[in-house]
Amino acid sequence: MSLLVYIILILAAAAIWQLVRVVELSGKLKGVDPNRVTESDNRMQGRLMILMYFGLLIFCLWNFFAYKDKLLPVSASEHGVELDWLMEFNMYIIAVVAIVTNFLLFYMAYKYYGRDGARATFYPHNNKLEMIWTGIPAVVLFIIIFFGITLWNDATSPAAKGTRVVELYSMQFNWKARYGGEDNTLGKSNYLLIDGVNELGVDSTDKNAADDVIVKDTLVLPVGEEVDFRFRSRDVIHSAYFPHFRAQMNCVPGMETYFHFKPTITTAKMREITKNPEFNYVLLCNKICGAAHYNMQMPIKIVEKAEYQKWMEATKASGSNGNPYYAKK
Amino acid sequence: MAAETHLHSDLHAQSLEHDAHAHHDHHDDHEHNESFISKYVFSMDHKVIARQFLITAVIMACLAMIMSIVFRLQLAWPGEKFAFINWVMGDKWGKDGILDQNAYLALVTIHGTIMVFMVLTGGLSGTFSNLLIPYQIGARDMASGFMNMLSYWFFFLSSLVMTISLFVESGPASGGWTVYPPLSALEKAMPGSGVGMTLWLVSMSFFIVSSLLGGLNYIITVLNFRTKGLKMTRLPLTVWAFFVTAILGVLSFPVLFSAALLLIFDRSFGTSFYLSDIYIGGEALTQTGGSPVLFEHLFWFLGHPEVYIIILPALGLTSEIISVNARKPIFGYRAMITSILAIGFLSFIVWGHHMYVTGMNPFLGSVFVFTTLLIAIPSAVKAFNYITTLWKGNIQFTPAMLFAIGLVSTFITGGVTGIILADSALDINLHDTYFVVAHFHIVMGVSAILGMLAGVYHWFPKLFLRKMNKNLGYLHFWLTFISAYGVFFPMHFLGLAGVPRRYYENSAFPMFDNLQDLNVLITVFAILGALAQGIFLFNFFYSIFRGPKSEQNPWNANTLEWTTPMANIHGNWPGPLPEVHRWPYDYSKPGTEEDFIPQTVPLKEGEVDGGGH
Repeated sequence: MSLLVYIILILAAAAIWQLVRVVELSGKLKGVDPNRVTESDNRMQGRLMILMYFGLLIFCLWNFFAYKDKLLPVSASEHGVELDWLMEFNMYIIAVVAIVTNFLLFYMAYKYYGRDGARATFYPHNNKLEMIWTGIPAVVLFIIIFFGITLWNDATSPAAKGTRVVELYSMQFNWKARYGGEDNTLGKSNYLLIDGVNELGVDSTDKNAADDVIVKDTLVLPVGEEVDFRFRSRDVIHSAYFPHFRAQMNCVPGMETYFHFKPTITTAKMREITKNPEFNYVLLCNKICGAAHYNMQMPIKIVEKAEYQKWMEATKASGSNGNPYYAKK
Repeated sequence: MAAETHLHSDLHAQSLEHDAHAHHDHHDDHEHNESFISKYVFSMDHKVIARQFLITAVIMACLAMIMSIVFRLQLAWPGEKFAFINWVMGDKWGKDGILDQNAYLALVTIHGTIMVFMVLTGGLSGTFSNLLIPYQIGARDMASGFMNMLSYWFFFLSSLVMTISLFVESGPASGGWTVYPPLSALEKAMPGSGVGMTLWLVSMSFFIVSSLLGGLNYIITVLNFRTKGLKMTRLPLTVWAFFVTAILGVLSFPVLFSAALLLIFDRSFGTSFYLSDIYIGGEALTQTGGSPVLFEHLFWFLGHPEVYIIILPALGLTSEIISVNARKPIFGYRAMITSILAIGFLSFIVWGHHMYVTGMNPFLGSVFVFTTLLIAIPSAVKAFNYITTLWKGNIQFTPAMLFAIGLVSTFITGGVTGIILADSALDINLHDTYFVVAHFHIVMGVSAILGMLAGVYHWFPKLFLRKMNKNLGYLHFWLTFISAYGVFFPMHFLGLAGVPRRYYENSAFPMFDNLQDLNVLITVFAILGALAQGIFLFNFFYSIFRGPKSEQNPWNANTLEWTTPMANIHGNWPGPLPEVHRWPYDYSKPGTEEDFIPQTVPLKEGEVDGGGH
């Protein structure tokens, strides 16, 4: 099979070369330099240029229409809705710019292909034109910058006091989540305390640690309530990526990073929206971290508040709490 | 002040001419005495060094391209057995034709490193700065031929060490071309961070030496060795681009070196510049107090200027090729220079846009949004000026011209998606996804490769005194251009669907299942694109030896490199150095018979130079 492929490739290459030779030799016979660009070459290439433009346009539009429904569903977080709006706004602008300027480029190439005996127009500069295409992009960019920075500030401003604190702890190649517990405060941790049992290096002498709840299988969160995430890493840089919530933050060993967002759609509701009964939110690792980087994930479940409380109580009671120092009240 | 500099450079040019005259007198017997080694191997002649850079880069590019095909096969058909993968990767990393997970990461890492540094920095600047700076400014050679020779041999050593690193037992560096610690610092984190990473750092150190030796030489040569009459405002845009590129390299590569040096310390001598509070392989490391974010700052302080180090020379080549083949002056010559300078300056204050979600203070993020988006303005000016140069031209579609126009297209298409990524708010969800891969491959990878190929087709007669086959060039262009868009355009949609880059396969996530056919499509185009390069390789090597001999000025161009006979003359011009009387873009100027006026033709009485500026 592979031999066959190689033979076909070699034969194809030989055929192309022979074709070129024939053209070259016939040119030689006629006494013209076969490598000289002729008017008919120019016409041909000019036509191919405009053809390329429309081919490209069709390909891009096909891509867009074929896959627009397979992209991420509606944002499941509050700030994400805003970001999606900004994305759409910017996408319209860049699509128009790319389509129009590419058209001009390929059209000029097509229209002004070289004719024998013709002469180009000497047109070295035009200050007014140059001012226009410095000025217009500048204005458009300032609009883009304004909206961008506004939304960025909204999304990254510190979380309000009293927001539910959840730590996401990353390591090669899995995630663990630690909830602040009743006092909504995470106990201190120290990497020197890490061992087979105390996987997050929680400091047992810190009284805030006693009610922390650690889960390893699924991150469960109540809908409609802001979550103040803290990120830590045990070994290398990871990145906590929540595509459905339009959220991402790197997890950096030696420091704590932050991001907060408010989930607005429960898993059940999202299954209806996507018409996919198997749909699940998921947390991915999005910073190269080693061999199994491609499979470092944690399912996320967004539930109603009552269900969340039930789940939390059950987790505490069942012993599935991963906090070795957990003190039952 | 300006007059003084001018006087100075005139004097310099004259004294050089003098030297060269004396040189020329006994240069014939000199040449006879030259051994093969000093003429072709350890040569100090800029033309030979340019060829050495080019051929080394072509070989490295083939290596990187084969790697990309291997990992593209894996991404399109994960788990499928390919004899090709087994053939390339051997039984260790491609057992039964299935790519190993660590080998996958090694491939993407080395593919990126080779393309960014060896091909598009060393290969592009090394080839064309060397070839064109002395030729286009009317100099006998570079300021220091010896430094120039060293620059190539450090580059060669760097490429050699990088290639050797592919064969070490634990594999080459695999932490991505950005080699973020701690992943790249700790052997326990991945096998590639062992000897492979050490060799990567050694190779990059050689590369930085090469780049600095080359860059300093280019700057000095452009400033001091311009021939009589060649003011800075009469320089071809190619030389302007190489000049600014060299400055960027000289200012930023030392920072990469410091980043690498500290990484070497962390890896080998127990320091903690980048390491802190790490527990790995069942053991807590002693290092505390460092920060990987420091590495990211140092790396991107080079890394961002680096993308302009890559694209500016390609844009410079394009400016020249488009003007020559449109038979029109480049539109807005001074605006083009201003844009190059503006891009060069801004490139130093935008590095943070690679770091919006690293934990860097969000306020800093907004500052970088602002500076980054500003770069779009000079870039837009360049794109519009290219289009206007084509307007009412008499376009000669040489293969070089096709590639140059292709570059403008990909520069636009890839550039606009940069506006999305520069917006920190939008980068939150797109950071490190395939959207980023699509963006930088189109705007910098494909554009720079198209520019480099345009340069090879256009200056092949100066490099090898022969011409490449036109029809194979056409075929090469169309297959390359179509497959480049075919590969990288669909990748945007993978990114918008949230597919992270550097994933060995996507099957661990059901949410990506319905995108698999897109990956197949991309790989099919990638294979087509790779085969198209076979056409180029054949044309390139065949033409070096058997292509038709070129006439002196095959494209009817104005610049100085075409004023000397088609021969490898030691000292570039057989007689005295040419004198320059006008800017390089007098194409189709009214009132002349021919549609071009070489720079050496004196201005007529009352004729205004520089397009009436």
